[in-house]
Formats: sequence, C-alpha cells, structure tokens
Amino acid sequence: MPLLGGNAMKHSRRQNVIPGFGLSLGYTIFYLSLIVLIPLSSVVVKSASFSWGTYWSTVTAPREMASYRLTFGVALLAATINCVFGVLTAWVLARYRLPGKRIVDALVDLPFALPTAVAGITLATVYSGNGWIGRWLEPHGIKVAYTPLGILVAMTFIGLPFVVRTVQPVLADLEGELEEAAACLGANRWQIFSRVVFPQILPAILTGFALAFARAVGEYGSIIFIAGNMPMVSEVTPLLIITKLEQYDYPGATAIATVMLSVSFFVLLAINLLQKRSRRFAS
Amino acid sequence: MHPGVLAPKGRNPAAAGQSEPLAIRLLLVTVVLCFLAVFLVVPLVSVFSQALAKGWEAYLASLYEPDTRIAIRLTLLTAAISVPLNLLFGIAAAWAIAKFDFPGKSLLVTLIDLPFSVSPVISGLIYVLLFGLQGWLGPWLSAHGIKIIFAVPGIVLATIFVTFPFVARELIPLMEAQGKEEEEAALVLGASGFTTFRRVTLPNIKWGLLYGVILSNARAMGEFGAVSVVSGHIRGATNTIPLQVEILYNDYNYAAAFAVASLLAFLAVVTLVAKSFVEWRIRENSSCG
Amino acid sequence: MARDKRIIFLALTMLILGMLASTGAFAGAELLNVSYDPTRELYQEFNAAFATYWKKKTGESMAVKQSHGGSGKQARAVIDGLEADVVTLALAYDIDVIADRARLLPENWQQRLPHNSSPYTSTIVFLVRKGNPKHIRDWNDLVRPGVSVITPNPKTSGGARWNFLAAWGYALKQNGGSDARAREFVTRLYRNVPVLDSGARGATNTFVQRGLGDVLLAWENEAFLAVNELGRDKFDIVVPSTSILAEPPVSVVDRVVDKKGSRRVAEAYLKYLYSPQGQEIAAKNYYRPRDKKIAARYAKVFPKVHLFTVDQLFGGWRKAQQRFFNDGGIFDQIYSPSR
Repeated sequence: MPLLGGNAMKHSRRQNVIPGFGLSLGYTIFYLSLIVLIPLSSVVVKSASFSWGTYWSTVTAPREMASYRLTFGVALLAATINCVFGVLTAWVLARYRLPGKRIVDALVDLPFALPTAVAGITLATVYSGNGWIGRWLEPHGIKVAYTPLGILVAMTFIGLPFVVRTVQPVLADLEGELEEAAACLGANRWQIFSRVVFPQILPAILTGFALAFARAVGEYGSIIFIAGNMPMVSEVTPLLIITKLEQYDYPGATAIATVMLSVSFFVLLAINLLQKRSRRFAS
Repeated sequence: MHPGVLAPKGRNPAAAGQSEPLAIRLLLVTVVLCFLAVFLVVPLVSVFSQALAKGWEAYLASLYEPDTRIAIRLTLLTAAISVPLNLLFGIAAAWAIAKFDFPGKSLLVTLIDLPFSVSPVISGLIYVLLFGLQGWLGPWLSAHGIKIIFAVPGIVLATIFVTFPFVARELIPLMEAQGKEEEEAALVLGASGFTTFRRVTLPNIKWGLLYGVILSNARAMGEFGAVSVVSGHIRGATNTIPLQVEILYNDYNYAAAFAVASLLAFLAVVTLVAKSFVEWRIRENSSCG
Repeated sequence: MARDKRIIFLALTMLILGMLASTGAFAGAELLNVSYDPTRELYQEFNAAFATYWKKKTGESMAVKQSHGGSGKQARAVIDGLEADVVTLALAYDIDVIADRARLLPENWQQRLPHNSSPYTSTIVFLVRKGNPKHIRDWNDLVRPGVSVITPNPKTSGGARWNFLAAWGYALKQNGGSDARAREFVTRLYRNVPVLDSGARGATNTFVQRGLGDVLLAWENEAFLAVNELGRDKFDIVVPSTSILAEPPVSVVDRVVDKKGSRRVAEAYLKYLYSPQGQEIAAKNYYRPRDKKIAARYAKVFPKVHLFTVDQLFGGWRKAQQRFFNDGGIFDQIYSPSR
C-alpha cells in the first residue's frame, strides 16, 4: 500500500492540475533576486577585489580566527541550551493546563519583538555586577556581563523563541493514538517520549536549532552592550566587520562577511536537506 | 500558535489520561518557569521599571516628545510598507514550494531563509555598497536627486530584507502538511484558480498567515542593526523607534529611553494577546457549531 | 489568471511607489550638521542661537538638522552619500578621509578657517568615583595594579584615540621618555581596561550606569556633563598634569552645499561658531573657547594643563592613524597573543 501510494503521488505530480506555478515561482524568484540576491552579491563582488592569497590571509588572521571560535562556539552552545529548554517549554505549553499559560505563551516571542539594542542594554543592566541578577552571581565569582558568558546569555535570549515555536505546533498536532497504543503495550512515559514522540519532533527541533544558531551567529546589537569586546577574548565576528569598516577597509569587511554568509548558507541548506530527508523517511 | 487551532481534531493527550506523574509535571513546569523568568521576565520587568523610574507623567511626556513622535510615525510607515510586500511574497513562495515539485527546491528555500541569518551589520552594508555614493548605483542616483540610503526608502528596504523570510517560513510547512487534495477537488469541480485560493487555501492557512504577519511586524518595528547602518541618524527625520531608544540612552535620558523601548515591548505583548483572543473566539465558534 | 497578474502588478506598483513617495520627503531648505556624539547639547543650543541670528541678519528663516554618532561612522556615512552641509567631527583624520576617499571637499580644508578649523578645543581628563577612593592623580596612577580603567575601543571610537594618544604623549614627555617606554606604559594601561565599548557615550554609560571601573578617561566636556547630569555627589573630575589638546574640526562639505545651493548659510553657520556668541555657547557647554576674552571669563571652569598637540608629537593625524590604529598597528600589537 505505501508503495502504491508513493507511485500514485508521483503520477499526480506529473500532471498537476493546480494553476499558478509559473506565476508564483516567477514572482518568488524575481522578488528574491531584487531584495536578497542582488544586494548580497555586492558583498561578494566587493571582496573579489582581493587576490585569493590576500583574501585567505585576511579571513584567517589570528584575530579573525579567535572571533570565529568565539562566535560559532558560543552560538552553538546557546542553540543547544535553547533546544533543551525550548523542547521543555513547548512540552509544557502544548500539554499541560497551567494558570496564566497564555501570558507565558505570549512572553516567548518577546526576544523577537524587543529591539536588539534594548535587549542588550537591558541584559547588561540586569546581569552586570550591580544588576538584579548579577548581584547574586558576582559574590560566587560568576561574572556574566562583559565576559564571553554575557555573549552566551545574549545569544540564548535572542534565540529562545525559535525552538519553542517550531516544536510547539508539531507537538500539539501529534496523533494521540500512537502514544495510547504505546502505553497499552506497556511502555513507560520516558520510553514513549524517547521512542514515539521524540522521533516525530526531531525535524522540528533541528529546524529550531538551526534557526537559533543562525540568528545568534549574526547578532550584533545586543551583544555589543554586554560582551566587553576585548580583542581575542570577547570580540564577535560582526564587530570585526564594523572595525574594518571603521578603517574604510571595505574589501576586508566584505571578505569576513562572505565567510559569515557562507556559514549561514550551508547551515541552513544542510538543515533543509535533512528535513526533506526525514519527511520522506517519515512518509 | 495555539494547539487548539492547529489541531482541528481537538485531541488533548493530557485529558486522555496519559500524562507524567504529578511530581515530574511539577518539576518540568518549575524548570520552564525558572528558565523563562531568568531570561525573559526579569529583563522585561526591568524595562518597565526603568521606564517608570520618574513616574507616569514623565513616562507619557517622553512618549509625546516631537522627535519620538516622528520616530513612531516612521516606524509605522516602514512596517506598513514592508509587511504587506513580504506577505504577498510569502504566499507566492509558499504556493510554488508547497504545491509543486521542481529541481533546486531546497536551494530556493535556503535562499529564502538566508536574510534571517545574515548579520544585521551585513544587511545594512549591502545597501550601502549598492546605493551608497561610492557604490554601484550611488553616482547615478545622486545625479538624479534620488535618495535611497540615509532616507526613508533605505530604511524600508533594509526592513524588507530582515523580515523577508517570516511569512514564507510560516506558510511553507503548513501548506506542505495540508497537501493539495482540497485544492484539486475544488478545481475539478470547476472553480477558478483564484477562487480556489480564496475559498479553499486561504481559510486553511489564515492562522499561519496571521502568525507570520505578527512576526514580520514585530521584527520590522524592532530592527536595529541594519536600519542603523542606512538611517543616517538625522534627528526628527530618519530615526525609527529603536534608533530613538539608542539616542535617548546616549543622551543620558535613561527613563525616556526605556519608556520608548517599553512601547515596543508593550506593542508586542498586545499583538500576542490579540492573537490569543482571536484564536479563542474561533474555537468557541467551532465548538458551538 | 488575469486577476493574479493584476495583483502582482499592484504589488510591484506599491513597491515602486512606496520607494518614490518616500524619496525626498524630508528635503527642505535646511542645513544638515553631521557631528559626533558628545556635541549634542552644544549644537542644540548653538543651532537655536544661529537661527535667530540668521533671521535677524537676512530675514530668512532656517533650521538645522542634527545627526550624531561615532565620528568615524559619521564620516563614512558622509562618504557614502549622507548629504551633510557641514561636518563637525571629533578628529581631523575623519574629515581628511572624506576629502581623500570621496573628494567631497578640497584637501586643504583645514586651512580655510582659523585655528586649524577647530573653533573650540577640549582635552582628556579623568572621571573618578566621589572622594577619589583610589587616589588617582595623574596618568601614572592608571597603570597601578588594581586600578580599573574605562575607555572605549580606539578602533571604533574617535574619543578613544585621543585617550590613547594622551597616555602615549604623557609617557613620552616623562624623564627618559622614549617610544619603547611609552609603548610599555600604554600596554600596562590597557591591561587595566576590563571593557572596550564601541563609543565614548557607551563607555560613560558603562562607568556610570553599570558601576564598572575606578576611572573613566573622557573628554573634558563629557566629564562635566556626566557630573552635572548624573550627580555631583557621585563623581569627581581629576585633571592630569599633562594631556592632549583635542581639536575637533569643522568644515563645509563643498560638493553638497554647491549641489544644494546652501554654501552661503553653511559658511555663515561655521563662522558664527567663532563669534563671541558662538564661543560663549561653546564655553557654556564646557568646550574650551579659542576667543581670549571668553576664555578669560571661563578661566575658573577650565584648569590649566600642559597640553601637547597631535601635530607636535605624532606628526599629524594621518601618520598617527597609520602607526597606532590601523590593522596591525600598535594598538593591535598590544592585544596580539604573542606578547
């Protein structure tokens, strides 16, 4: 039956009765080129004024390497934290009855709506030595503001909505029958979660992870206020681009920009391919 | 994105008697609430407490200040132009991607996602490279007296760029999950393409659409980095709300800065509450009917 | 299908109309003064005074729009097409760059107005916590272990470059001062810096709002402003024995004023900065006036300091920028891991 179904699908695709393919795809590509591709290509063209050797030595200079390690490393960590707590939050929001759940639900989108500069100022206020949270942490030797830990806090903050928002609808949409069946067969809650629920929400988690990671890597506005910006220690890659611009070094700035662009592009592409595969696998 | 709306079959596993023991449930809820408190509630409360540090009168006065009013107007204008354009694009893109199969689809989806992960620093820079006086089109534009960057069009363009993927991103999975049988049935029954879209597809996707619009709108109003690069920071002319916040903060006018910032936070909360309310109404209606 | 096309057409029209409608919406017969961060209060007062003066003199009404930001960022915006009639920046190098890169004004711009085109000056002083608990009196106190110094990043902030050069110049002028000694001194100083904010105002906020650091290196006018606006009971100003003469320059942007036809009023605007009224306003906002009479009247406000200039010690801004602040320059070497 699944085999037959698959064939039937393929057949119907070949003679799709739904109209508007040319129009919608044409418009999509036109608008995409106008707003995204042509402007982004200017970065590549500008950086191409470098020879390959200069380009390579610019993007692999020690200070740049340190900033990549910091930016990508902390973004990865932040995205992981968001995965764990994002799935938990989505679970609680989708499955439990909770007084004031709507408020919590609405709050999750806050990092998205708050301008990054405000987020940065606020986080620096709250987590610095004299802030509401910082004053409890500092006596224990934990310094958050103006250290790489501050960058982690900022990146976690701005990436928070993504895992929740991708996992929550999938979790709510899951058919209860499977879980019921598993329970009837004697599986305990943990087994049900890890064997039945988790595989079904994994693609959504991965998407959320990628979105949170990609967003964190490019973040500038909020990090600048809380990072301390010490060279080699707490200097993120976007700041290096700004520093290069400040010296009117446009080719240098765009060279680093191309590195960031390709990383975001490949992360997103990998996730999209992975999702496509998992969807095919699931069906 | 409330479960009740997205899962029209209305199945609540918790109600069906399958759930974790109370202790674990409490633990999970506590952990989640603590996490959200540390990362969301404390910063949010801090915004409002600093905004009101000088009292309500000062709060309202700082919102009524001329430069702030201009910033609010500019932000609303920017959102009013960029959100509909991205809405239209989102529908077109989702239609093409969800209803049809073609080579290079993953690449297309990735390119649509790209603006989301591009650093705001870069998304501002690209328009400077393109429209700046030293850029590709700058000399021509300058000769013809057209201002793009350091004026409203540049701010709008940068905003369109940063909010580019949101509607499409919401709609694509939704339309993919719904398949195309319903549309096919309508078409076989003789409905035109547009009627099918309006009567069949649109009702199915309207909540995803609304959510995408809310996200785009929130981001359009809150964008700082990219807009900061192309704005020129001319007081009373090209400052949006987030830029006005920065200016006030740098003027040592902390209470006013947070007052204006709280406006954005407040706006976000209001739209989200409104969304929940609409969802609740829809569910009431469907359960009665 | 026809309707689909109409919708697409409508959308495109909206996109284009939206762009055109907003074009030039703010074009008026006004001046745009592109300036750096700490001059907000100064130009707020000065612009009003000039508008009144201009109205009385010519009968024309005019208005000045302001844009503030980091000096380098502002210069870059002008290069990229921000149509500034006048620029009033933190250091001559930033205007040099506008001349070099975009040819918006002649290379000899600095000779067009008196006093190197700097109608007012300032210097670098220390802002310390009330009562000066760490007993900071002069530059050499800043390199003591346990003293935490707040100064912004010289790579992104014009003010921070003055701070850096002031420290360097002090070390150079000590007995037995040499480039090697100065470098060692400045390296030790930056070891005491816990945060490098991207701009001068950001650094002030870190020091004042976050309570971080024992001493803030600041423009004299910024230090006065911080004390007045944020609490006389919280901070003291310490004036070091020697410091740098900071000369923030001003200039008309020739290509812009000729295009907009605003040269007459733009030049009058800058000249008015040198008039007794303009000098008075500068002094009131804690910029050291050039006018001797006004300076004498405000002598109590501005303590006497031995001041050296960038030209004397470093051979001008182009050289200083190249040597200290460009990529691979001395500032980068201080932070490179091999040391």
